[in-house]
Amino acid sequence: MPIYASPEQFMRDRSEYARKGIARGRSVVVTLYEGGVLFVAENHSPALHKVSEIYDRIGFAAAGRYNEFENLRTAGIRLADVRGFSYDRRDVTGRWLANAYAQTIGSIFSEHQKPFEVEICVAEVGAPGTVPTANDSGPGIRDQLYRISYDGSIVEERKFVVMGGVTEPVITALNSTFRVGWDLPTALRSAVSALGSTGENAPRELLPTQLEVAVLDRSAPGRTFRRIQGTLLGTLLTPPATDPAPGNGSEDS
Amino acid sequence: MTVDGQVGRWPVSAIPAAYMRPGNGSFTEFLTAAEPHLLPGHGARQSVPALAGAAPIAVPHGTTIVAVTCQDGVVIAGDRRATMGNIIAQRDIEKVFVADTHSAIGIAGTAGLAVELVRLFRLELEHYEKIEGIRLSLDGKANRLATMIRGNLGMAMQGLAVVPLFAGIESDQVPDPAFDVARRDPRRGRIFSYDVAGGKYEEHDYYAVGSGSTFARSALKKRYDSAADVPTAVRAAVEALYDAADDDSATGGPDLTRRIFPVVVAITVDGAVRWSDDEVGVVAEAVVAGRMVNPGG
Repeated sequence: MPIYASPEQFMRDRSEYARKGIARGRSVVVTLYEGGVLFVAENHSPALHKVSEIYDRIGFAAAGRYNEFENLRTAGIRLADVRGFSYDRRDVTGRWLANAYAQTIGSIFSEHQKPFEVEICVAEVGAPGTVPTANDSGPGIRDQLYRISYDGSIVEERKFVVMGGVTEPVITALNSTFRVGWDLPTALRSAVSALGSTGENAPRELLPTQLEVAVLDRSAPGRTFRRIQGTLLGTLLTPPATDPAPGNGSEDS
Repeated sequence: MTVDGQVGRWPVSAIPAAYMRPGNGSFTEFLTAAEPHLLPGHGARQSVPALAGAAPIAVPHGTTIVAVTCQDGVVIAGDRRATMGNIIAQRDIEKVFVADTHSAIGIAGTAGLAVELVRLFRLELEHYEKIEGIRLSLDGKANRLATMIRGNLGMAMQGLAVVPLFAGIESDQVPDPAFDVARRDPRRGRIFSYDVAGGKYEEHDYYAVGSGSTFARSALKKRYDSAADVPTAVRAAVEALYDAADDDSATGGPDLTRRIFPVVVAITVDGAVRWSDDEVGVVAEAVVAGRMVNPGG
């Protein structure tokens, strides 16, 4: 045990520790699609969730240590419900929540005995009528994805977020298939095959029982979070017989 | 892993430490621990109790709320009047609310406080579902409401009482083994009434609360049909409210000139649906037309 470690070395060690912890798990993909936001996580447990609802138009996905991100998930739900209760439901925004998470995780990284080995994504779906485009528009009228890392750094992603496990093959696969405004079945199948491109014995074909899938459905009134399970998930994952090429955004759903 | 005592300075916009502490899925208990100033009536709890003999503060009161079970579920309806002594404080106050996808709540008593309590109750149900990932059972929801009413007892004794009527249907269709299946059909809704001390009473067939409740219950005694479908039960409820308004000045009848009608929520296994004003208007107009011929109904 060294008697002295420079602050840079200390922080580097912490970062290394957190990164390794997150890389040990399985991957999670969060992507925008035409109807809102799609979450696809490789999760072999039907009871322990990596993807959750926070509020009407806000969802949460995480990778890393379960008890740590579960604590953050609960705190986020409480924060959102208290704000919605003391102000109004419309005053709860993804940006505010993502900032609160970033501050919290950042403080924990710097000042606690052990950093949180988590990476989280806060997603907010825009109002009905939002048209996904590649161009910029104000935060109030488009879908938003925020990635918060183990050290509290926050990034807004414009296309998709990949977290947990070994992410490079997943990112490469998604980059090649992603289309702005792609429909749900295409996005889902691309995400699942991208998740299958990492891990042992890749490429793997993931079964519905190995996946946790949910959406923030822009058109739903009130609470937009919906889990996709069972027969619906099986149906969406089955490629239609007439589809000539994967990633083609013109099929019917 | 707690955050107290381990952090020098916590950033202003970070999540407060109290939010990271373990707890159960109850929003009310969390508020009591972390943000007690947000609880309904918080200011009133701390104020000096009213002097003996002093006149109670004038706050708007309701009302009549009726709940009627039927073959396919349960219907709950409430009138639209709030009174302050002899003055009509509001003509179109809403006293019946959808609580979650398979339950609804109607409130009699101090109007402002009741609306805040309903807001908190709806959030309580939603919060539990989001935290735990599974919805409360119907009995669980009824018990949570009882606890909230019990918490309001101090203010009830100062004259600010809130008395709810809760109706719902079990959403997951898994019957409680203690349920007497031979006698009770899980597709039928259930009704719970409460007293100001938070006592919970399950009612059968139909019930009413509020100043006009005795008249409404007498009307339903004659009109109630346990094999009715939802539209028939709605008609019976609106008739009962009409009879309550006929005899109780604190209960409002249908206002055909302003198109203000009772709030009606129908709960079946498919969900709790608030009937639109137009749909209720059709029923109310039929009721009034019937009374033109036979005023006693």
